[in-house]
Amino acid sequence: MSKKYDAGVKEYRDTYWTPDYVPLDTDLLACFKCTGQEGVPKEEVAAAVAAESSTGTWSTVWSELLTDLDFYKGRCYRIEDVPGDKESFYAFIAYPLDLFEEGSITNVLTSLVGNVFGFKALRHLRLEDIRFPMAFIKTCMGPPNGIVVERDRMNKYGRPLLGCTIKPKLGLSGKNYGRVVYECLRGGLDFTKDDENINSQPFQRWQNRFEFVAEAVRSSQEETGEKKGHYLNCTAATPEEMYERAEFAKELGQPIIMHDYITGGFTANTGLAKWCRKNGMLLHIHRAMHAVIDRHPKHGIHFRVLAKCLRLSGGDQLHTGTVVGKLEGDRQTTLGYIDQLRESFVPEDRSRGNFFDQDWGSMGGVFAVASGGIHVWHMPALVSIFGDDSVLQFGGGTHGHPWGSAAGAAANRVALEACVKARNAGREIEKEGRDILTEAAKHSPELAIALDTWKEIKFEFDTVDKLDV
Amino acid sequence: MPFKSTVGDYQTVATLETFGFLPPMTQDEIYDQIAYIIAQGWSPLIEHVHPSRSMATYWSYWKLPFFGEKDLGVIVSELEACHRAYPDHHVRLVGYDAYTQSQGACFVVFEGR
Repeated sequence: MSKKYDAGVKEYRDTYWTPDYVPLDTDLLACFKCTGQEGVPKEEVAAAVAAESSTGTWSTVWSELLTDLDFYKGRCYRIEDVPGDKESFYAFIAYPLDLFEEGSITNVLTSLVGNVFGFKALRHLRLEDIRFPMAFIKTCMGPPNGIVVERDRMNKYGRPLLGCTIKPKLGLSGKNYGRVVYECLRGGLDFTKDDENINSQPFQRWQNRFEFVAEAVRSSQEETGEKKGHYLNCTAATPEEMYERAEFAKELGQPIIMHDYITGGFTANTGLAKWCRKNGMLLHIHRAMHAVIDRHPKHGIHFRVLAKCLRLSGGDQLHTGTVVGKLEGDRQTTLGYIDQLRESFVPEDRSRGNFFDQDWGSMGGVFAVASGGIHVWHMPALVSIFGDDSVLQFGGGTHGHPWGSAAGAAANRVALEACVKARNAGREIEKEGRDILTEAAKHSPELAIALDTWKEIKFEFDTVDKLDV
Repeated sequence: MPFKSTVGDYQTVATLETFGFLPPMTQDEIYDQIAYIIAQGWSPLIEHVHPSRSMATYWSYWKLPFFGEKDLGVIVSELEACHRAYPDHHVRLVGYDAYTQSQGACFVVFEGR
């Protein structure tokens, strides 16, 4: 039956609060943590979020009668209390698949976290999780290579990969920078990394860096007999420059490049990921700016959503925090979004912060990268928390070794392999960590010195953002 | 006064990927690793190559992958048989995971010369 045009402002909940709705398998589902202005009923706030992130606007308009808006609208179908928090609640919203362009993470985020976040009826709003339907996932390419292919390309099996960021992060000439890369790789690391701040500055233009780094990678490979790589940062001011750098990395025969996906943007990232698939290049993803978005417990976007978006947009490795180092992130939450990067199915599990069952189908996995403020003493915990499909990156923990970066790298490699060997032999490596490392140090003066250098460092600040349990 | 430095010299070593930085394993330690491979449900697989080709992707299979083999003793004797047949080759043991089509474990048991 056709409807009549009735001008004016309607309550959102009349249209967008539908507690009887059963979500379809093809719906995109979202969970928002909402904190409304005082006196506004929960249903109205939740319905407003559903409306403003889909088809609604503040006033009824005549042109909505030209279509069947019930087919396109987002619906809030459930409201839940947030444990231990009286002022906030969770709103579950279902969006029909046709609201989104195929394969466009940019489009999904523009809708879900667009204008609605500035909406006056809300004090705070946080996107906690998205359930991407298989019908959408199948339109995204995902990781250019995935974990299995990356292992085959790099010939690394049965252990986490080992890396480090080149330091000082700014100010080295191309040749000096290449020297530090060479030292780390010859010492036993699998990868080194451009610091995210390194793009193409006056002290070191990108082409010069790429050439010296390529030589460092080649030399270290020849001398150690192992496969090596350096994440060449292709993040640039424009897509054209980004692709130019990627092409040059390929010309130099390099195995892996790097992109900063939040500052660079999802459109750039998805484009570069497609270029990587086509050109047989691995893609390392940095996440600068994420903490601006994900750290506040009541406002912004949880990192698990940003991690899911990256897997869909495309990347072979993504930074996830370390749990034990200098950066934010509690253990259960981190495990929860690491699953989202690597598994083919992740069940709903509130104790890990996962609000929905998430089926990834055949989409490739992303290595979890643990980086920042970690050193050899953290190794047993890191191997235990992150498992084999991870890249453990020790910056200060490599370059800060009294004998230099090569010895620091060797110390980390010995520690890593000792932990993996002990784990395989059935030992409880977190509990027996001290013994395992001390035994290994008997055969490695580099490790013995590293253990001595860092023994006092601890990071025991409490995390700001915790799971609501 | 003679100069005495506390800084050591790190010499680059040629290594063979995983466990290349650990001392050679004892017989018991190798058993532990084989037991781990079998417990994970992976198929043991033995490969060998002349050291001059150690960076090649494909090493020669010793026979075929030991699909579904659960007997630790069988794997140990096959490793030894491979080493006897190719005493100058590197011999590595792989835990092959057919589900992921990847290797859950891979390390060199005998180093060739």
